[in-house]
Amino acid sequence: MSTATKKQKTQLNRRGFLRVSATAAGGLLVSLYLDRPTAAQEGAGNQRQQPPAKAYPPDAFVHIKPDGKIHITVNRLEFGQGVHTALPMILADEMDADWSQVVSELAPAADIYRDPVFGIQMVGGSGSIAHSYQQYRELGAKTRAMLVAAAAALLNVSADQCRTEASRVYGPAGKSATYAELAGAAALLPVPATVKLKNASEFRLVGKRIKRLDSRPKCDGSLKFGLDLQQPGMKVAVVAHPPVFAARVKDFDDKEASKLAGVRDVFEIPLAKGSGVAVVADKFWTAKQARDLLKINWDATGLDHADSSQLRENYKQLARTEGKVAKTVGDVKSIANTAAANLIVAEYEFPYLPHAPMEPLNTTIRFDGDSAEAWAGSQFQTFDQMAIAQVLGLKPEKVTFHTEMAGGGFGRRAVPDSHVQREAAVIAKRFRGTPVKLIWTREDDIRGGYYRPMHAHRVEVAIGADGFPSAWRHVIVGQSIMAGTPFAMMMKDGIDPTTVEGVADTNYNLPNLHVSVHNPTINVPVLWWRSVGNTHTAYVMETLIEELAARAKMDPIAYRRKLLKPDAKKLRAALDLMDTKSAVWRRRLPAGHAVGFALHEAFGTGVACAVDVSIKNDRPKIHRVTIALDCGVAVNPLTIESQFQAGVGFGLSQLMAKGEITLKEGRVEQRNFDGYVPPYIMDAPVTVDVHIVPSAEAPTGCGEPPVPVISPAVVNALTKLTGKAYRSLPLVDV
Amino acid sequence: MATYKLTVNGQPKEVAVDPSTPLLWVLREELDMTGTKYGCGVSACGACTVHVDGVATRSCMLPISLLGNRPVVTIEAMASDPIGRVVQDAWVEKDVVQCGYCQSGQIMSAVALLKATAKPTETNIEESMGGNICRCATYVRIREAIDLASQRLT
Amino acid sequence: MQSNRRGKSGSTVAVILAFLFSIAIWSTYSVTSGQTTRTTRTGAPARLSANTQQGLDAWQQMYSVLTHPRCINCHTATNYPQQGDDRHRHFANVIRGPAGKGVPAFTCHACHQEANADSTGVPGGHDWHLAPLSMRWQDTNDRPLPSSAVCRAVTDRRRNENMDGAALLKHHQEALLVLWAWNPGRRPDGTMRTVPPLTHDEFVAATQRWVDAGTPCPR
Repeated sequence: MSTATKKQKTQLNRRGFLRVSATAAGGLLVSLYLDRPTAAQEGAGNQRQQPPAKAYPPDAFVHIKPDGKIHITVNRLEFGQGVHTALPMILADEMDADWSQVVSELAPAADIYRDPVFGIQMVGGSGSIAHSYQQYRELGAKTRAMLVAAAAALLNVSADQCRTEASRVYGPAGKSATYAELAGAAALLPVPATVKLKNASEFRLVGKRIKRLDSRPKCDGSLKFGLDLQQPGMKVAVVAHPPVFAARVKDFDDKEASKLAGVRDVFEIPLAKGSGVAVVADKFWTAKQARDLLKINWDATGLDHADSSQLRENYKQLARTEGKVAKTVGDVKSIANTAAANLIVAEYEFPYLPHAPMEPLNTTIRFDGDSAEAWAGSQFQTFDQMAIAQVLGLKPEKVTFHTEMAGGGFGRRAVPDSHVQREAAVIAKRFRGTPVKLIWTREDDIRGGYYRPMHAHRVEVAIGADGFPSAWRHVIVGQSIMAGTPFAMMMKDGIDPTTVEGVADTNYNLPNLHVSVHNPTINVPVLWWRSVGNTHTAYVMETLIEELAARAKMDPIAYRRKLLKPDAKKLRAALDLMDTKSAVWRRRLPAGHAVGFALHEAFGTGVACAVDVSIKNDRPKIHRVTIALDCGVAVNPLTIESQFQAGVGFGLSQLMAKGEITLKEGRVEQRNFDGYVPPYIMDAPVTVDVHIVPSAEAPTGCGEPPVPVISPAVVNALTKLTGKAYRSLPLVDV
Repeated sequence: MATYKLTVNGQPKEVAVDPSTPLLWVLREELDMTGTKYGCGVSACGACTVHVDGVATRSCMLPISLLGNRPVVTIEAMASDPIGRVVQDAWVEKDVVQCGYCQSGQIMSAVALLKATAKPTETNIEESMGGNICRCATYVRIREAIDLASQRLT
Repeated sequence: MQSNRRGKSGSTVAVILAFLFSIAIWSTYSVTSGQTTRTTRTGAPARLSANTQQGLDAWQQMYSVLTHPRCINCHTATNYPQQGDDRHRHFANVIRGPAGKGVPAFTCHACHQEANADSTGVPGGHDWHLAPLSMRWQDTNDRPLPSSAVCRAVTDRRRNENMDGAALLKHHQEALLVLWAWNPGRRPDGTMRTVPPLTHDEFVAATQRWVDAGTPCPR
């Protein structure tokens, strides 16, 4: 077959270029570099032999195989959100690839797979589609253009006489050629500098309800998640973590543990903070049993022993004082002179929340001395690869980092300090040449920190004569997620945007607004939890808005419509659509049922929500949810519908009676799903109907936006049934 | 260590493990059948559900020493089970999965439910599936897929 | 092992049955006479016979066992079992089901085996199930019923599967789930579960005295 022959490159955008090449197997590889290489690299590259297709780091997005299969590389982690299907849809659409022949593959860590906006390879901020839509369209269109050019040459016609459909180029007079047949010739052609992208009316895949590519293997047990990885000679490691965060091992006795057959080593390891004891064994069960037999004395002297009931009280007091100012509009002095009858003073409490993804955290690493190989379901491939390299004393590119399919994440696999990968690397370093799989048990996960931070809010709202807020003073207390991480550079004037998002940037027209923040330092690691600050800010805003509407004796939808800023177009469109779609069932609510609403924009997507709720066995029973959303172009409406149907279920984690992590004397009180209880089937809505506002605007996120609206909508309905305000979560008593 | 003979998906198997080892880890680490998932290890999530002598069982809680000669059936055999295949097809048709990690257990529970109750009501589904956690919370579509499978089976 | 146990218990049953037959006739008479001597028609307290008082004392001992978490956790008035010494609702939405054995796909046997599984911390015993609602010893708020109400439930043959005194004694002596209460195995954290305040022998002896006294119930 054709060996490496010719390379072409052209400007794709300001900082990238496309490279196309034939492969040893006769296929076509299309690559994209996001950063222009140096002149020296270019020169070297031009003279170098073509690397084999599977060389690391890889550089392809599209690979047309001789058998007609088209492999499309996804520069993201797939952990439920559906990008493993949606990104290939975008590329295949512009390319006019035969969808039935498309194979989707998760990219390993490599520079070309970095998020075009964030600059690192990651999943976060609901940006997978939003940030890569244009990128994948251009990749598809340029690939198609080269295939068309090759066909035109072959058929001796001009390119504009050709059309493409289902991996085939058709010329005039019924002549045609398949992409697989054309790939070799196409690889010899120059990559076009610019291409015309399709009009929306020409889309064959984008905007269609396309089923997921990963369904069947997830239904028959054949799909391998990171935890399922098996390697010849592999060992399994578990780590005894300190009972108080950042405590150190004083001494330990492993006499009993080491007696177990199959235990290979027991040793102290440094952790991101403090230290722990690692147990390495042939099998998980042995390692776990051995860990149970360890006798460890911990040194927690001088460490803050967090106590959540005490923190609640402290936060409450702090919220009564002004913090660092995050936002000022007009002034709120009038609050001091407002009569009590026209004033709402509301104090809210939110607990620590674990992400608890279904697949327990894990990472497998084999250290070979001058290189290493790692396997992990990671939302932060760039950071995790760097962390492993640092521990092993290697350059990052010497660590081949495979992105494994992950069983959920919700932010838990996007950890700036890469603590799981660091643990795995420290252990693997001791077992040179042997793959070691580190498993965090569910107990490790529930007790291991990196929670959605605990928060307190205090809001004072002066109500004007028209029933709308005339002044709004808002104090938020909670640990900063970004401080002390590489993301601290996104903080401005000491304000962590993830603490105040949803309040400081509210889409309601609040003419006099004052938002301030306290970010106390507590010895409990915290992290972004699906929709981040919006988890608590939307709850506060939307319960207060509903309360204000009730006080004004106005319809809550009409109240919101009137209070929205004129430029809040997405929210207005979502609100109108939700209003229309839920109108019929809202008029026919059975006795004992009530409807609650919420409206919130997050990650660029506007979401409106109406819920039908009754009380059953002293718990909210959610009979129906109507969601309307505006996310710009809906790339895969089926996936979006699923994301919202299930995302609201995930959001209900906040309302579970045992939906919190508590600490006593520095120790987490919950151990597993019996102590921290996420929603089960009877806790989730029975039906959720999802309606998408038609739009031609650039797509925005859909992974996180479902989460913020559901909890306030449900408690707004409960308030109608019970007359109570619900300002302290979890929802222990209805 | 002790040697145990067991029947998994109709195949005779023999393993040498500590008697305390849960069936889950025998399947995953001794027999390399990783379709059965570890989610909690305390029977609170249902990800490890298999059928033991026809009974939906949390394999994380069953020490191999208590298995006896009861046959074990796992997710890997559902494609060749008449009801299992219909349930899997319904799952795919309804595009149920998201992360997918819990779905082996969900499907094993759903198959057991439909084998006992051909036309489950909304309450039947909530009760019988009530111990299976889906952290993505795909519950709306799980209900729809069970209904679809039920229609096709009756 | 299994067949051995059956053989052994089979022969024991024969001996006990023969022994109990004579008591049964006597206790039936005793229950009738005991009840008539305990109260007058006006409801004023009457002098109890020494025998009845002994029976009531024995019952109080039995009551301390029946209301121990190892026993009462499966005699709930609700649609779920309880667990733990604090008698909390069983986790993971476990429910009673039509026969006290859970529901299809989510039966007691999903986790509870023929014996305790100490390595995973799950208690087990033959035919693990909830007592029927007719044998509830708690109110619907999970509070134990008073001694008199539990006694009435235990002695009411329309509710207790038609067990007379002899059958109750045999039940306390032999029923595998009753015996389990004194061999409840390890918790998931490896510690031993607590057992009732009497030994099994003491419990059987108290039941014997109570049956001998005509299964009297406190008011």
